[in-house]
This record gives sequence, structure tokens and C-alpha cells, in this order.
Amino acid sequence: MSNVSANSEYVSYLDHQGKYKGIMSWIMATDHKRIALLYMYSIMTFFIIGVVLGIMMKLEMLTPGETIMKAKMYNSVFTLHGILMIFMVVIPGLSAVFGNFFLPIHIGAKDVSFPKLNRFSWWIFVVGSIMAVLSQVLKDGPPDTGWTFYAPYSTTTSSNVIMATAAAFVLGFSSILTGLNFIVTIHQLRAPGMKFFNMPLFPWALYATAWIQLLATPVIGITLLMLIAERAFHIGFFDPALGGDPLLFQHLFWIYSHPAVYVMMLPAMGVITEIIPTFCQRQIYGYKAVAVSSLAIAGVGFLVWGHHMYTSGMSDTARWFFSLLTFIVAVPSAIKVFNWITTMYKGSIDVKPPFLYALAFIFLFIIGGTTGLLLGSVATNVQVHDTSFVVAHFHYIIFGGMGFAFFAAIHYWLPKMYGKMYDFKMANIGLVINFIGFNLLYFPQFIIGIQGMPRRYFDYPAKFQPAQLVSSIGGFILVTGLIIMIYTLVKGARKGAPAPANPWRGSTLEWQIPSPPSVENFDEEPVIKENPYDYK
Amino acid sequence: MSQHTAHIEEHRDDEASKLGMWLFIFTELLLFGGLFLVYSIFRMQYPVEFRECSLELSVTIGAINTVVLLFSSMTVAMSMTAIQKNDMKKALLYIGVTLFCAAIFLVNKYFEWSGKFHHGLYPGSELMTHLDRGHHLYFSLYFFMTGLHALHIIIGMTLLFVCYFKVRKNTIHSQDYVLLENSALYWHLVDLIWIFLFPLMYLIS
Repeated sequence: MSNVSANSEYVSYLDHQGKYKGIMSWIMATDHKRIALLYMYSIMTFFIIGVVLGIMMKLEMLTPGETIMKAKMYNSVFTLHGILMIFMVVIPGLSAVFGNFFLPIHIGAKDVSFPKLNRFSWWIFVVGSIMAVLSQVLKDGPPDTGWTFYAPYSTTTSSNVIMATAAAFVLGFSSILTGLNFIVTIHQLRAPGMKFFNMPLFPWALYATAWIQLLATPVIGITLLMLIAERAFHIGFFDPALGGDPLLFQHLFWIYSHPAVYVMMLPAMGVITEIIPTFCQRQIYGYKAVAVSSLAIAGVGFLVWGHHMYTSGMSDTARWFFSLLTFIVAVPSAIKVFNWITTMYKGSIDVKPPFLYALAFIFLFIIGGTTGLLLGSVATNVQVHDTSFVVAHFHYIIFGGMGFAFFAAIHYWLPKMYGKMYDFKMANIGLVINFIGFNLLYFPQFIIGIQGMPRRYFDYPAKFQPAQLVSSIGGFILVTGLIIMIYTLVKGARKGAPAPANPWRGSTLEWQIPSPPSVENFDEEPVIKENPYDYK
Repeated sequence: MSQHTAHIEEHRDDEASKLGMWLFIFTELLLFGGLFLVYSIFRMQYPVEFRECSLELSVTIGAINTVVLLFSSMTVAMSMTAIQKNDMKKALLYIGVTLFCAAIFLVNKYFEWSGKFHHGLYPGSELMTHLDRGHHLYFSLYFFMTGLHALHIIIGMTLLFVCYFKVRKNTIHSQDYVLLENSALYWHLVDLIWIFLFPLMYLIS
């Protein structure tokens, strides 16, 4: 907007007039940048609903016994919270929003390979989301199985499981199509001169993610179809009375759902890998190690699903094997953490909100990751299985990791996406409150988890009262922080000062083009550098 | 690059389309892969019952359907060659034959299924719930797998129908036939899955 306004040909993608006008210019958009914003608005909507459900649970847990809702209602609330947050927020999250926006730009392309398919995948995302919401209001009552839909309960409960699983199936389709689109885009549309190892590391992370989306999602698809058939026709696959095996459902479910954790985490790691070099003005340490570790995580991540099932009934051999693989998959993640920290060494660090969010990410991710190892070893797992320790662990990974990476990404790229800048001071205040609230909310759950507080219970003995109280207070602090953050960002995007093309002195391609970008991203052929992180 | 509006619509990359189709085929293989996994587990648990049940299926109809599908895979490949040689008449003929074979397959399937239904054997039926476990699981798998496969036949037929009309309208021609190529690829996949389903369901006695 600033340095190219003299160029008469430049029209920002936000102002561009295509075939469609008004709201239709968004619904019918094939521009990857507009689709990214569509995803962002829908995902933020579901995120806010998910947060409201979360805070309802925290209110319920404020005192022992019934506080604001009955046990049955609590089941439905955590189920919907899980379905919304997992299938509609964190799985599409980073790749559908920032992946869509920046993958083509990072590799010097004008769009993804299949723009219409991209639009289609947003449409079915919306259809799936509507189905998920419908499952809550239809007459059989909201599903109460938890987001994991474990058999045999999911095959026998009278609640609306079919609609909810069908929704997850449709949402999975959207995820597959996004992944397919990204793989083809990376193979076909890299600008001339950009080899795989010249790409920035965010596309690398998205590439690994896309393969997981592509290869794992069909498995949950067929599993959910089997579950639907089980309910509708009693096919018996998961019903011991008919010869089936409920454990089979758990296996099939986690064959997808464990890799799905990496669908959430890999793009988050990719975002952090972009932010750290920019704000340290330093070449990323160990480019190839970071790139290949993404693929390693994706590959090994397929083979660790059994660690969700140590107490479900598995042979000891299977358990130590899955345990070993779980420890192996932690190695590439640790490589990334070491490389991020080493990149900072002797860098000229510019402490701005995106960088602070990245630091918060690293801090929370280390806690989440190391407690993951506790859960990955069989002996400790058996002790804390299905306790709030697990809840704390995966919220540290998914919210502290993926969520804070999402916040980091939006603070990093908002000036590029909207051409406006937000208020740093307010953003920092939001960050500090978020960080404090988050830790107060989840850390006590590690402690009471070890002491035996089960997950998914709406009641607890009085001895857990202090920790639950701290946790609930943390929840309210976190919500305050989120409100400040969203307010700051929305205000910045609408009325902020115009942002320059390269506010952070970044070196990747998105910073070489105007903010916001034009419809075709590159009005002149981009100059491809051999090293995407070329800081002098 | 001054025509901002037109560019994205005009972008054409056959390589990308084909790669996209191959990736989609991977997802289909994994979709069926889940079912083959379930099949292998239950067959390991109930080998005798699975064998007994497979005797209930008509190997003749199954074999006819296998030959029909293999033949249709050939004709769809021949339609590709015809398009490349710009021989529209032959291309239309071969797509037509492929569609005809697909229809024969479905008609056979219909008779097979309705025969079972006639005896009260269908998912969720009274009879099914009284079968013992291995038999129950076999027929559940049979209906689930062949049903899902039949659905894929219908999707493949829809694609080939679209191709048929596009060839007639001359929007698929010797310079631009990637849609037909992708539909043919998909058709081969449908054929391939059947090649595995047939022995696993019909020939294990």
C-alpha cells in the first residue's frame, strides 16, 4: 500500500473487482488469499464458541458437585468443545488460513494449483460445520461421547452420534482436498529457480502436513462410516455380542487421530520457524535438519497411535514398541526446538509481539512435549491415564502450541494480509495476560492429574478444590487476554496505520510484495534467492 | 501480466491435474485399506466361518463381473488412445462400451444383492442378527465392501458420462483430454479394488 501506490497497475486483492460483487465476491472467490480469510473468519467464529463452552466447563468445575449444569449436560459440553476445537479449529487452523495465504506466495506462485477445488473445500468445510452444529440441536439430543466417539458407547447412546460423525467425515473431506491441493502446488508451481531446498520452511512444514492429511484422513473417514453403519445396521464390527471388537475402533480411530496431532503441530512449527529468523535477523540454524525433521515427524507419527491405548488391552510387546516409537518421534521435534533457540544466539533480536508469541510457544511447547514423554512411557502412562494430566498435556500442545503459534502467525502476518498495523502495546498486554491465564488454567491440572483427578468428570472430591479454583480463575484471565487480543487485532485490521511492505525486515518472498498483495501476488517475476533466510 | 481478471480461470496444467488425481487415488486406496484391514482381522479370527459364507456367493456371477470390469478397463484405455489420435467416433464408442459394461456390473450386483435380500439376508435384518458371529461379520463386510465399491462404480460412471458429453461437445479433444485421462485413471482404480474384492470374498473356499 505504501511504497507501490504510485504504480497504477497495483490493485490489492481486498479491493479487486472480479466477476462477482459484494458478498458473492467472497463466497465465489477462488483467490487463495480471500479463501484464507474466509477460513479465518469461520475458524475464529468456532473458536469463540469453543472458548465459551470451555469457560462453561470451568464454571462447572469451580465447586464440587453440580455448579451450573447436570452431568449429562457436562458430557455434551465437552463433546461439542472437542468436536469444534479439533475438527473445525485446530486441524484446518494454520494450514487452511496461513497455508492458503502464504504457501503460494512463499514459493513464488500466483495461486494454488486448483483454485476452484480450494473454494470447494471451504464450502464443504462450511457444510460439515453446519452439520456439526445441527447434531447439537436435532431432537435426539447432543452427542455425549467425547470427540473420540469411542465404541461401544458411541454405538449404543441414544444421542445424535450419526450426525456428528457424518459432520466429521465431511470436514475430513475438506482437509484431504486442502492437503492434495498443497502437495500439487508445491510440486508444480514453485517459481523457476526454486528447488525444494530453496523453499522457506513454512512450505516444508505444510508439505509434510499435507501428506498426513492425505494419507491419514481416509482412515478416519472409513472408520466413521463403519460407526454409522454399526448404528444404523448393526454390522457388528465394534460390537462384541456380534463378534466384533470395540478395541478395533480405538485402533482405527487413533491411526488417524494421532497423525492428526501433527496436522495441527507441523504448520505451527513452520510458523515459528519463519518468525524466529526474521526477528533475530539471522539465518535459520540447520535449515536442512528443520526441513527433514518435518518429514520425519510426519513419517514416524503414523506409527505411534498405540500410545493412546496402553490401558485398553494390548500385549506388552506392542506397548514397549509403541513406547519406543513415541520417544523416537520426539527427537525431530526436539531438533526443531534446539534449532530455534540456536538461531537466536548472537542474533540482533527485535522484541515485537510475533516474536514474543513465538517465545511463549517454545516455552509452552517444551512443557507439553516433555509431559508427552511422561505419557509415552508405559509405566507412568498407566498411572496418569485418563486423568486431567492428559488434559493438561494436550492443551499445552494444542492450545499452548498450535493456538499460540496461530496467534504468533496472525501478529506476524496481519500487516501483510490487511496492509494495516495493530497497536504493539495492546498486543503485548494481551500476550502477557494470555500467557499467565493459560498457565494458571492448565498447570494445576498436571498436579491434580497425578493425584488422581479423572478427565471428563463433572464432580470431584473437596481436596481438589484449590487447584480447580486456580484453574477456573486462569480460565477467566485467559478469556480476558483473548478479548484484548482479538479487539487489538480487529481494530488494527480495520483502522490501524498503513503497514509498510516489510515491517519486520523479513527476507521471504511475501515481504518483497506490497501489503496487502495484489490479486496475482507478483506483478513482476519474483527474484528467487538460493537461501530464503538471507540476512546479512 | 496486465489481465488480472482472466488469468486464474485460464490457468491450465495437465501435469498438476494428473498428479492431483493420483493423490486422490491414494486416499481412495486408504479408504478401502481400512476395510481390508478389518477384513483381515476378522478373517484371521473366523477362518472357517468366512469359508462357509463364501460358498453362499455365486462364483459365476462374480467371475462374469470381474471379466466385465477388466474388459471395461481396456475399453476406457482404448478411448484414450482414440482421443489422442483425434478419432472422436471411436472415442465415443469406447466410452459408451465402458459405460455399458459398468451397467452390466451393476445389474449383476443388483441380482446378487436382491437374491440375498430375498432370503432375508441384509444388514440389520432379523436373519442377520441370528447368524453366529463369523457369518454375521462376513456378510456385514460383504455388504459394506461391495456396497462401497458399487458406489464408486456409480461415481466413475458419472465421470465417464460427463466425459462422453464433453467429447460430443468437442470440449475434450486431442489437445485437451486430461479430464478423460483422470476419469480413466479413476475407472482403473475401481477395477483394481474389485480385483482384490473378488478373490477375498468369492474365492476363499
